[in-house]
Amino acid sequence: MSRIDSLQELDVRRQRLSQRKEDALRTITLCGGTGCIALGLAQVYTAFEHEIQQRGIGDKIRLKRTGCHGFCEQGPVVVVLPERFFYPGVQVDDVPAIIEQTALQGKVIDDLCYTDPVSGCKVAYEHDVPFYNLQERLVFRHNGELDPTDLDDYIVRDGYSALAKALCEMSPKEVIEEVKLSELRGRGGAGFPTGLKWELCRKSPGDEKYLICNADEGDPGAFMDRSLLEGSPHAIIEGMLVAAYAIGAREGIIYVRAEYPLAVRNVNITLQQAREAGLLGANILGSQFSFDISVHEGAGAFVCGEETALIASLEGMRGMPRPRPPFPTQSGYKGNPTNINNVETFANIPLIILNGQQWYRAIGTEGNRGTKIFALAGKVRNTGLVEVPMGTTLRQIIFDIGGGIPGDREFKAAQMGGPSGGCVPAQYLDLPIDYDSLKEIGAIMGSGGLIVMDEATCMVDVARFFTDFVQEESCGKCTPCRVGTKLMLETLTDITTGNGQPGDIDRLVQLGQMIKKASLCGLGQTAPNPVLSTIRYFRPEYEAHIREHKCPAGVCHELIAYRIDPELCTGCHLCVRNCPQNAIAGEPKQPHEIMADRCVKCGICHDVCKFSAVVIE
Amino acid sequence: MKKSANDQSASGPAPIQEAVKTVIDTLGISSESNLIGVLQEVQARCGYLPPEALEAISRRIKIPLSRIYGVVSFYAQFYTEPHGRHTIRCCRGTACYVRGGQRVIDAVKAELGVEEEQTTEDMMFTLQTVACLGACALGPLMVVDSTYHGNMDPRKALRVLQMYQEDSG
Repeated sequence: MSRIDSLQELDVRRQRLSQRKEDALRTITLCGGTGCIALGLAQVYTAFEHEIQQRGIGDKIRLKRTGCHGFCEQGPVVVVLPERFFYPGVQVDDVPAIIEQTALQGKVIDDLCYTDPVSGCKVAYEHDVPFYNLQERLVFRHNGELDPTDLDDYIVRDGYSALAKALCEMSPKEVIEEVKLSELRGRGGAGFPTGLKWELCRKSPGDEKYLICNADEGDPGAFMDRSLLEGSPHAIIEGMLVAAYAIGAREGIIYVRAEYPLAVRNVNITLQQAREAGLLGANILGSQFSFDISVHEGAGAFVCGEETALIASLEGMRGMPRPRPPFPTQSGYKGNPTNINNVETFANIPLIILNGQQWYRAIGTEGNRGTKIFALAGKVRNTGLVEVPMGTTLRQIIFDIGGGIPGDREFKAAQMGGPSGGCVPAQYLDLPIDYDSLKEIGAIMGSGGLIVMDEATCMVDVARFFTDFVQEESCGKCTPCRVGTKLMLETLTDITTGNGQPGDIDRLVQLGQMIKKASLCGLGQTAPNPVLSTIRYFRPEYEAHIREHKCPAGVCHELIAYRIDPELCTGCHLCVRNCPQNAIAGEPKQPHEIMADRCVKCGICHDVCKFSAVVIE
Repeated sequence: MKKSANDQSASGPAPIQEAVKTVIDTLGISSESNLIGVLQEVQARCGYLPPEALEAISRRIKIPLSRIYGVVSFYAQFYTEPHGRHTIRCCRGTACYVRGGQRVIDAVKAELGVEEEQTTEDMMFTLQTVACLGACALGPLMVVDSTYHGNMDPRKALRVLQMYQEDSG
């Protein structure tokens, strides 16, 4: 790959690429995200390759593996360009038909089309799928289109133009000013103004400054950073380059979770490409600006998402936070001024520089500009990644884009912001969500995890689950977090096992408020949020566990029992065959019975019964 | 099953000292800032972090063994016991949890007769749980080695285990 040594050369290259005649008749794109891979993408890709080769139509039909399309529920996802025919859940057997009818003849195959779960209608084109067309995809704009490991594919879509504009037309101060005016806030969770952070770092004395991309996406339930790193790594690198130019850093580090092997791979490939093209390293685009990036794989500790803990981890120590100030912008990595931003934050930067802060400010609400990517998961029909302007309501996200709750169940709550966040009940479905509105109701934006819960979710159990998580992940440095979360967990475990005492709820609230006030870092300061928010909105559920020893949602093991309703049981034997404990007895065609002493309450009988004869009591 | 475990140990970890030396020579370690990288690489070569490896690293980069052990025990990724032939990682993230992830974990535990972070006696499976594997849309999720199995329930999970057992049976 030849070096690009000036703005002109970049322009020439882009022009040449965009004039390149598309000789292929159609392009078949396959989503190459982790979700689709889990659903069998590799086999489907090979089948396409094989079919194209066998028919000798490689000159007519191009095959392309793109980044994550975001509609993970429906994988493996195939989109045929230029018409954008959309086929979800493609299997190997579907491949010959897609090649023959769609790729060669441009015909849509009805049987393979997506069926909208809300209207029941078939949808042929990607842009008509409600999951996509109700989103506003800016940060994600290229994810489903480009081959993440092809530099030219990015350049032809205005890639590295923002860098060129910053280097050639703007001073570092002007770049910071532009980002400040855009009102971009950090997408990692806390929502600190990005431009201000850059300015603090720039003004900190010191010649050696560091720029870190925080890709330690530890929040259970959030996966947008993974998807961006896998699907648009060049955009992250470009965002980091602009930031480095603005603050005056020469060295950058991407701190990425080891649990994301595909992201690590794609980032390493693109870093090498950028280096070869002169977009990283010395004298970038022929200017005086030099910057390079290395990748550091995390070793599995949730607390390392916290800035000071992340730095400790980079320095080869236990990932424990330290008191601030000094803030990393004053004294961070190896004692030097260090600016840390989240992956999604960096992905916003090229958009702001290229289109200008005024354009950016037109999206979202006052004080909360731009879009936010939410990871929609849990009890919702369309799970996946959803990008919407700030200020969109939960109802729009969960019901319009997400297609609502599967089955005939009722929406109960949305858990927002991971273990640091809170549960948002149904009464706030129409609240426009942004950093500030969520804080007011006891949740947080966090990194954008959005887990939908229905009536079969026990809120006390959810609170216990999160407390168990933060207790496990607490680094143990400060007492309020180390001991406080342990005490909370003990009380919650008592409640969910039928041993709760009157007064436990008030004790939890008291303890929670103390932990919030007294903990050293963000992990402890937010750890009680799931407990406090569920008590705030679902107190009767706690009371039922304590006073009546009942779990209204039918979740808590010790408080429930499975029983077979003899009226409904047809004696089909299905549950008997599937019970791993041999705990179900009964003659064929006679009502069966569960032997309570053998039952481990795994719930398999409840799942397999076709007559709803297995009831939870 | 037993045979395969023996095979592995015969062809597996070459002398540990050698592995540590190679890693440190390749990565060019001078300070402790890359300690985590060294540990990751040594673990990848040896399969786990035996005490001899930690001692060798301590001698070579001149960091007290206590400090190294502090780092090893802090991060979930490091283990000081050998792993089984297949590593099962069950996700205990929120999205998996609300869709019944705990039931999958319980079923796997009951089937294999092990707890988290333990290895079956025949060295076939090691069970781990992870905070989140980042494929929440497919929860509950179970990853065996590097293969993702999505939308698990207790029944499907047991079937997956059976598949691996039969493959090597």
